[in-house]
Amino acid sequence: MKLLIVEDEAGMRENMQQLLLQENYIVETATDYHSAREKLGVYNYDCILLDIGLPGGTGLSLLQELKKEGRTDAVLIVSAKDSIDDKVAGLNLGADDYLAKPFHFAELNARVRSLLRRKAAQGSDIITVQNVSLNTINRTLQVDDREIDLNRKEYNIIEYLLINKNRLVNKTALAEHVWGDNIDEVSSFDFIYSQIKNLRKKLKDSNALVEIKAVYGIGYKLTEL
Amino acid sequence: MKLLNYTTSYFAAILLLVITVWAAVYYYTMLDEIYDSIDDGLDNQKQLIIKKAGADSTLLNKPEFGEAGFRITPISREAANKLHDVYIDSSMYMENEGSQEPIRLLKTVFLSGGKYYHLEVATSMVEEDDLVNALVYALIWLYLGIVLPVLILNNVLLKKVWKPFYRMLSQLKDFRIDRSVNIQTQQTHIEEFRLLNNALQEMQNNNLEVFTSQKHFIENAAHELQTPLGIAINKLEHLAEQEHLSDQQLALLSSALDNLDRLTRLNRSLLLLSKIENRQYTGVTPVHLQELIQKITDDFQEQAQYKGISLTIDTKDCIVQMHEDLAMILLFNLIKNAVLHTPPGGSINISLQHCLLVIKNSGNKPLIKDRLFSRFDTQHPSTQSTGLGLSIVKAITDLYHFRIDYQYLDQHVITVAFTKTVIPDSFPN
Repeated sequence: MKLLIVEDEAGMRENMQQLLLQENYIVETATDYHSAREKLGVYNYDCILLDIGLPGGTGLSLLQELKKEGRTDAVLIVSAKDSIDDKVAGLNLGADDYLAKPFHFAELNARVRSLLRRKAAQGSDIITVQNVSLNTINRTLQVDDREIDLNRKEYNIIEYLLINKNRLVNKTALAEHVWGDNIDEVSSFDFIYSQIKNLRKKLKDSNALVEIKAVYGIGYKLTEL
Repeated sequence: MKLLNYTTSYFAAILLLVITVWAAVYYYTMLDEIYDSIDDGLDNQKQLIIKKAGADSTLLNKPEFGEAGFRITPISREAANKLHDVYIDSSMYMENEGSQEPIRLLKTVFLSGGKYYHLEVATSMVEEDDLVNALVYALIWLYLGIVLPVLILNNVLLKKVWKPFYRMLSQLKDFRIDRSVNIQTQQTHIEEFRLLNNALQEMQNNNLEVFTSQKHFIENAAHELQTPLGIAINKLEHLAEQEHLSDQQLALLSSALDNLDRLTRLNRSLLLLSKIENRQYTGVTPVHLQELIQKITDDFQEQAQYKGISLTIDTKDCIVQMHEDLAMILLFNLIKNAVLHTPPGGSINISLQHCLLVIKNSGNKPLIKDRLFSRFDTQHPSTQSTGLGLSIVKAITDLYHFRIDYQYLDQHVITVAFTKTVIPDSFPN
């Protein structure tokens, strides 16, 4: 899978590149409108991570040109300008998703994965880790072909952790993903722990070869046994 | 009191005083002149009578006033020595009037043929009460004759003159810095008004400039903070993923990340608030409040459970015309606020009946209502709270003119009265 990051802010660009390289993607970068235009003229990408405010032009006009040319590269707008207008404009112009800065790694990873999954051929709606497989269409979890009964939030948690397997998932990112962006300001995310506890029990009871580890104070990590 | 009536009333009062004083002075001067003239007449008559009596002694026998207006009575020498010429006011029966009328009387003595005689000469005197009456009438007419035209002139002319002023005033009254309605000044050739116009225009421009730049400053600051925040969060996340970190190091990282997350939320809330206040949420759709409340409380179920809070909901649907995101944010913040501030083991009750939303939650002491909806209110110390949740709620209810209220009735009670068909203030664009 080949990705292009169009981002003028060096720190941001490096972070994203590093993260996505760890996920074994081929990652290229462009720092402004013109270099992005050049790269896009030569190569096709599976997913383009596009900033809106760029030197030399806006990400939106770049998107417009891509769509005019009939390109099918998935586009994820990653922008600091999370005003609704930009979001609506971006999605109307044919962007596939929109992620506002600042974001957590886990969220970016999940968004990219979901875009690529949507784009790829059939069969990729199943996420498999060891003897655990998650069907993202039916929203079901199977361990060794046996279905595990999950409620809506448990499903959302395990999906997020499976997508970000072996990565540290920040508890805020997890809460925002499962309970919505607006979950902010709750006095603590301790309530997530009881959900995780239920999940762990279900995974253990069905002899799943994955486990959810708590990483001191920061969040959780799903690892293979 | 209006300015023009104010000056007129002063003018009328001063005029009344001046006319009254003038009338008193005039009256006494006049009266003095009249006495002077009458007394001169009486003196002249006296001379004539004495002269005539010297020539015609029959005149000396005139004990009654009669038609001639004098009487002569003989007196003794001793009595005559005691008498001097005196003018006195007296009264006498007048045939024509049929009553006692005031007269002026000159009493004197004279010597004729070696005998002393007492002479009294009378003449009809001006009736003082009639004089006063006539004067008062005349003055009332004079007073009205001066004041009325002034009043009329003021109300017609001054009203016309002050028109630009009142126009300006009514525009100032409606002026809100956060609405894009400018004050239109009217051309005038009156120097003071022109100065006022210019000052007003300048003040308005300055204020709008400051307001707009502040608005943009908040927005830009919030935007500009997002990228460095993102970089910092991601770098720390990257660091936290390194193997072999001690719990102590992870605890430090966790605390740093938590605070960056808090800063992110604060930043988002500020942006949201400025967007609501700048009326960037345009367009309304029918929003089913019951559905939204259901969805939000569902999201808070785990937290409520975790804190041992009993959450009861009793709603009947209400459809409101508003921006869907804002409806979501409004309800979310209210419910989140209740969940956040209810002590463990407490209770929350949410009811929606006839479009009146009532959220009750336990709490042991009342909050100050005026400060509750202000930004960064610190009545409720909470390290994770941005202190902006209820300001956002207030901004949304203000935008749609929903009435929001807080009461403490052994528990916190917040009510929002949704209006079914409401058109928010005209949006720019």
